[in-house]
Amino acid sequence: MMKEIIMCYQGEMALKGLNRSSFEAVLSKSLRWRVRDLGEFQVYKAQSTMYVEPKDEQAQQNMDIAYQRVSKTFGLAALSRAAVCEKEMSAIQNTAKTYLESALRAAKTFKVEAKRADKSFPLKSPELSRHLGGYLLSCFPHLKVDVKNPDLVVMVEIRDFGAYVHGAKEPGAGGLPVGTSGRAVTMLSGGIDSPVAAWYMARRGLALHHIHFASPPYTSQAAQDKVKKLAEIVSDYTGNCMLYVVPYTTPQEYIRDNAPDVLFTVLMRRSMMRIANQIAKQIDAKALITGESLAQVASQTLQALACTDAAQDLPVLRPLIGMDKTEITAVARRIGTFETSILPYEDCCTIFTPPHPKTKPSLQEVEEAEAKMPGLAELEQQAAEQVLRIRIEMHRQAELDPLDEF
Amino acid sequence: MLHNESLHYLDHAATTMVHPQVAQMVYDTLCQNWANPSSLYQPGYESRQLLDKARAAVAKTLGAPAQQVFFTGCGTEGNNIAIQGALKVRRSWASNVVVSGYEHPSVSAVLRQMEQDGWEIRTILPDSEGHLSIEDFVSATDKQTALVCCMQVNNEIGSVVDVNQLARRVKEKNPRTGVHVDGVQAWLRMPVSMEYIDSYTVSGHKVHAPKGIGALYLREGYHIQPPFAGGGQEKGKTAGQQQGVRPGTENLAYAVGLAKAAALGYKSSQERWNRVAGLNRQLRQGLKEIPGLVFNSPEDAVPEVLNVSTMCIKSETMLHFLEQRQIYVSSGSACSKGASSPTLQAMGASALRMDTALRISLGAENTSQDIQAVVDGIREGMQTLAKISG
Repeated sequence: MMKEIIMCYQGEMALKGLNRSSFEAVLSKSLRWRVRDLGEFQVYKAQSTMYVEPKDEQAQQNMDIAYQRVSKTFGLAALSRAAVCEKEMSAIQNTAKTYLESALRAAKTFKVEAKRADKSFPLKSPELSRHLGGYLLSCFPHLKVDVKNPDLVVMVEIRDFGAYVHGAKEPGAGGLPVGTSGRAVTMLSGGIDSPVAAWYMARRGLALHHIHFASPPYTSQAAQDKVKKLAEIVSDYTGNCMLYVVPYTTPQEYIRDNAPDVLFTVLMRRSMMRIANQIAKQIDAKALITGESLAQVASQTLQALACTDAAQDLPVLRPLIGMDKTEITAVARRIGTFETSILPYEDCCTIFTPPHPKTKPSLQEVEEAEAKMPGLAELEQQAAEQVLRIRIEMHRQAELDPLDEF
Repeated sequence: MLHNESLHYLDHAATTMVHPQVAQMVYDTLCQNWANPSSLYQPGYESRQLLDKARAAVAKTLGAPAQQVFFTGCGTEGNNIAIQGALKVRRSWASNVVVSGYEHPSVSAVLRQMEQDGWEIRTILPDSEGHLSIEDFVSATDKQTALVCCMQVNNEIGSVVDVNQLARRVKEKNPRTGVHVDGVQAWLRMPVSMEYIDSYTVSGHKVHAPKGIGALYLREGYHIQPPFAGGGQEKGKTAGQQQGVRPGTENLAYAVGLAKAAALGYKSSQERWNRVAGLNRQLRQGLKEIPGLVFNSPEDAVPEVLNVSTMCIKSETMLHFLEQRQIYVSSGSACSKGASSPTLQAMGASALRMDTALRISLGAENTSQDIQAVVDGIREGMQTLAKISG
């Protein structure tokens, strides 16, 4: 059996100065943790590349899953699967021919790119490319060399531990390792936007937990399960986390009954932010994350956002603020949340909403309306205390074998 | 065999015994999850979740996304939906259909109807050994070809077509042409890939699930107009309209049964293949020694099916003779009820060969005693029964 290895190339971390090693430590811990249940893997760093190397048979068999998991790890600009062989020309030729056979058969044009990090290897990079290219041409006569725009790039790297043969690198998840930027909570509604917002902020190195507001009987168990599923999908990137489900029916009904219709949405958003703030502080999270995009709906106009921001004292991060729906949707599809997000269950943001909400509320009128709701603070307090905690474990959705259910 | 050792059931291509674990799961679902999967309250939601799990399990065995798999009533229904639905939306630019000459009636009869509606049907005949040439399909495909239909494993002689390769080649010739595959006899017996195939039919009762349930795969974005009007059940995203691919309240218990059968079959497919291949070798060896008997199945047929002709005893006579010994085989496709075999006819077999054909089809539960019994039975039948005059 050919020995394979996953090679991970760092992204912007490589630009970090003195604290680069602390980023690398988090990344290698994260990689180790992600493959821990797939067999014995060794994760190590050499020449600014991280290697994930299977050490036993179980690990070898689980390479597909391991690769999937590594590709969803933030902090990696690119990754590739490579076959390892002796630093010897005939071994390199044989490995390239067998390991990349199906790709070489499918391609019409190719080129060989060689890198010789170990300068004791007798052939220089261009010579190595020429030799291997010539050999592959003789094995696959249908191929043509195209150095400008080839269908397939065969890469050979001569490194300290051996020679690595791989096809083109694939882009990694990018960003910074999760946890290097601290902790925050996402307001997860169940729509298309909020899981994307969570993904974007986790990519900037935040460790995340999520808050969801449920309003039974106006919202159903199905809606809550959907949010759980979304959190599970996102957790493939963010790691294990908690989902806090806030029973929000009573505060929401109270606002509906005691506030002017046109201000209902903005008042509700403020109320939710206050509850989220309480939970965030309990778990030492330093920011709130929302999926708001400027002017997408009435509660997301500049004036409305100003009112929401004034409700509590944690920074509110809105990574989607300047994005169009089509862009957000494209990311949702890419990270796998779209299909779940569009399941048609009522969520708490869409109930009781007035037909014509005020799009430009002023903070003054909003605060006046809140002054007329003296009981709201206590209801919010109770809701925050009665929160339901659900543990979200990564890899559940993506790797669940549907046949195991039967 | 089955619950009775003296009984030799060798007609698994006609139907299979429901697996006890499948039956139990169907029963449990009938008793516990009887709420309508389309109802919004909790029991209905639980039914829906179970249905989605069943769909995901069946999809896994096909290597397809769950939302592209639709439950149907049977293989015949799946073939009808796929063919009628595809032709309806291709009328404006297409005029012909390319089809193998040995399809199941649920494909060939539909196309005969379509022929009356003005479609040109181009039939690709197998060679005398029962092999179809992919080249023939490709050269028959042109710019006006709406659909190419071919079964993966033939139900009468067990010959195999590399349908993924067929679909790839057809798409190279005309990317607009749809490719429909009847996978009823192939499912869970051999690997499938939906890489190039547009629609694929499977059936429950050939794989130890009950009769009355099947599934249809439709590639994402593949446009059909489903023949049945009704509610939005089994809608998915493929239909691109409010109407479901197969409307009607979902048969949840049987869908769960299908998923259970799929899980059992998928996990044991290699083991099953090896076992059945061993039985097939024994069967071929035993029958080879009977003078005058000829094989209609090619050497590379699936091990489940062996079709032979005694060349002297009428199929039905032999069938009833074997029946007296509790050996059950068929004279051809069970769906044709003894009518002369369309497959052998397409292969250009002689009248005598068709009239004396027997299909022996094996399952993993068969034993070498079953094989011995049928070999002995056929030998004795050929020695003692009245020969066809002629």
